[in-house]
Amino acid sequence: MRLGLMALPLAFFAVFFAYPVAAIVSRGLKDEGQWQFGRIGEVVTDPAIGHVLWFTTWQAAASTALTLALALPGAYAFARFDFPGKRMLRAVVTVPFVLPTVVVGSAFLALLGRGGLLDELWGVRLDTTVWAILIAHVFFNYAVVVRTVGGLWAQLDPRQEEAARVLGAGRFAAWRRVTLPALAPAVAAAALMVFLFTFTSFGVVQILGGPRYATLEVEIYQQTAQMLDLPTAAVLTLLQFVAVAVLLAVHAGTVRRREATLRLVDPARTARRPRGAAQWAFLASVLAVIAVLILAPLVVLVLRSFDGPDGYGPAFYRALASADGNGGTFVVAPLEAIGNSLAYGLAATAIAVVIGGLAAAALTRREGRLVRGFDALLMLPLGTSAVTVGFGFLISLDEPPLDLRTSWILVPLAQALVGVPFVVRTVLPVLRAVDVRLREAAAVLGASPLRAWREVDLPLVGRALGVAAGFAFAVSLGEFGATVFIARPDSPTLPVAVARLLGRPGELTYGQAMALSTILMLVCAAALLVLERIRTDRTGEF
Amino acid sequence: MALLRLEKVAVRFGERAALDAVDLEVAEHEIVCVLGPSGSGKSTLLRVVAGLQHTDAGRVLLAGRDQSGVPTHRRGVGLMFQDHQLFPQRDVAGNVAFGLRMRRTGRAETARTVAGLLDLVGLPGAQRRSIAALSGGEQQRVALARALAPQPRLLMLDEPLGQLDRGLRERLVVELRDLFGRLGTTVLAVTHDQGEAFALADRVVVMRDGRIAQAGTPLEVWRRPASEFVARFLGFDNVVEATVDGECADTVWGKVPVPSGSRQGACRLLVRPAGVRLVPETEGLPCTVTGRTFRGDHVVLMLRPADGPVLEAACGLHGAPAAGDRVGVAFDVADVVVLDDAGTGKG
Repeated sequence: MRLGLMALPLAFFAVFFAYPVAAIVSRGLKDEGQWQFGRIGEVVTDPAIGHVLWFTTWQAAASTALTLALALPGAYAFARFDFPGKRMLRAVVTVPFVLPTVVVGSAFLALLGRGGLLDELWGVRLDTTVWAILIAHVFFNYAVVVRTVGGLWAQLDPRQEEAARVLGAGRFAAWRRVTLPALAPAVAAAALMVFLFTFTSFGVVQILGGPRYATLEVEIYQQTAQMLDLPTAAVLTLLQFVAVAVLLAVHAGTVRRREATLRLVDPARTARRPRGAAQWAFLASVLAVIAVLILAPLVVLVLRSFDGPDGYGPAFYRALASADGNGGTFVVAPLEAIGNSLAYGLAATAIAVVIGGLAAAALTRREGRLVRGFDALLMLPLGTSAVTVGFGFLISLDEPPLDLRTSWILVPLAQALVGVPFVVRTVLPVLRAVDVRLREAAAVLGASPLRAWREVDLPLVGRALGVAAGFAFAVSLGEFGATVFIARPDSPTLPVAVARLLGRPGELTYGQAMALSTILMLVCAAALLVLERIRTDRTGEF
Repeated sequence: MALLRLEKVAVRFGERAALDAVDLEVAEHEIVCVLGPSGSGKSTLLRVVAGLQHTDAGRVLLAGRDQSGVPTHRRGVGLMFQDHQLFPQRDVAGNVAFGLRMRRTGRAETARTVAGLLDLVGLPGAQRRSIAALSGGEQQRVALARALAPQPRLLMLDEPLGQLDRGLRERLVVELRDLFGRLGTTVLAVTHDQGEAFALADRVVVMRDGRIAQAGTPLEVWRRPASEFVARFLGFDNVVEATVDGECADTVWGKVPVPSGSRQGACRLLVRPAGVRLVPETEGLPCTVTGRTFRGDHVVLMLRPADGPVLEAACGLHGAPAAGDRVGVAFDVADVVVLDDAGTGKG
């Protein structure tokens, strides 16, 4: 039964993840049927590659540290304070996380780049410095920390700290001895996730890094798509694979510790109005950080999209409606990308919910090495080079029995790969929280196992499944690295269209990119606001 | 024919035997209470009968049919869980009707049955109430109604009144017994509370470490505990090594009379507190009163003799000695029991 549930997700990952990745790696490392392992040594010892590896690692570490420093106070504020507009604000800070990296890149370009807001005001340009990348990474991952750490923080029973106070601990000692140890695994898990996302960062670095800065992921893209040096790309893919596997193993360890029993309470009961000048000042500073770091780039993006050659107006939006007037970048009107994205996104969501839901159901019981291994396997696509996956799709799924090269389903399949981990991570904790004996009670009353699942589990996880579907939809909308390879020229998705527009010089295409990004942002924000409405008390990590 | 029959049922959790070759029969319309300390395997016993626990050996027969391979939902038994396990997302009626829905009972009949059962458990008109809004006692009643609704041939109760306060518990025991009697339900209940077991059951089964230590009517078990373990579990602590010779036993407390026909030779002897009689110090075993506990209608005294274990005595409120007083002790043969085992520790 349990193995049966796992069969479909396993097959999905074997065919649409392991096989394409293996195909492209072996294509790169095989020469006339012989494995060329010497290539590995050559590439690894290449100083240019060493430079990329070093930059990838330190920018990820720096981004993670900066994100934690700025977002932990935010996590506290969201967990323990009640203030007007909190719900709305929590949705807003999450918008960047599900925004396509391409849009994040263009938002920061509009803020920090040539002719950007800072340039116009003070003549400051950061787009060729590493700061632009770091700040964009904080913008992108702020929500990861707020949701992962703040979500747990809000559910920690304040009476535990009160118990420590009664036993003679001071305010700070109580926090350090009681709250901090309970939070530490969540902080570690959040830090690892941020490190993982920034380590494999592609769109942001691609747009903001200029010629000077490249992460492994960007390098893989350049080696594959521009220099057509498949062997080097294959070695880099393997390198990234190993690094990500190690990270995920550490992550799994911390998550397991986090699932250890904590006394959790209803988050609505732990938050209250700030009291006294110090608390209001603290909250104000958190809100200021959010305003500068998260709202400003989004607002600038919107402003730029209206800042046409003839003054403010919807000129760029109008230009999106036709295929002409953008320098032959498109064979179709860019606006059609919206329909494409929505259709692909819905298909990808359906696939991700089915595959992820089955996997979560199979993983509900936590015992067993096999189960744990599968758990980690599901996270792997998040950290694998999307470029590799996309290119792997092209070269491996092009012959019978799986000739999908010309099929529209290829794009949703690639997008679902990134969506599945989100579905599993959201649904699994809720499923695991369902008391086994509730199912037993149903069985004693005459419900077959399937019926018991439908009657007991499904109503309890229904909402979590909705949240998961929304997240899968948002990340599918934003998927860029793989889609850019496999989307057909006549049916680009929104992020692909944005990237193509940005790749063309000219004020009109730039403005159109901003306009299209704004549309994409609004679609993502709408999906998130719906999520925020149906958010349950116990959803997973995101 | 017995409705439920267990033959040499064994369940092991790793090294530990939760059930060790247990034989048990429950006749139709009988109420059997399994009594034992926590960890004695009583809950496992219920889970085995329900098919929720895999057995390592032995057979479970319901109405003469071997149940191995029959999944839980086809066994037609009811189980009321210790912590109720009401479905949180359904209201009271949704919970009670669950078993009927599984049996595809018609809508009108279901509604009628639910209303009838809620009347029966003392919660008339509670259909639309949410589970979260119920008190512990009310949840208990809903859980009972839910278990009764599909009319299981065997109803099993796991610590049915465990979480309730004392007053409610004592009232519910009487109500339950009355109810089961009227419905003719066959019941297998487990509890660690002897008062509950004795008040509810036609027959009591005392378990220890996965084995049955004694079975019998409440009166039999109360009057003649089979072993020191059972005696101590029932709260009797006046147990002493003895050598029986004729109608008298030799102990460190001196000569103690035993019922005629008792087994001769070395054994252990129980004297119930009611059989420890106070006499003038010069006439019986001299003791010092070391403690005095008020129990409502009587007082329990702790008496320390010169040699041997402390004695517990029950005596009336009037004229009870104070702590520190010196008294004499004599024994009533009616409250003396020769225990069967040769003394296997305190359990």
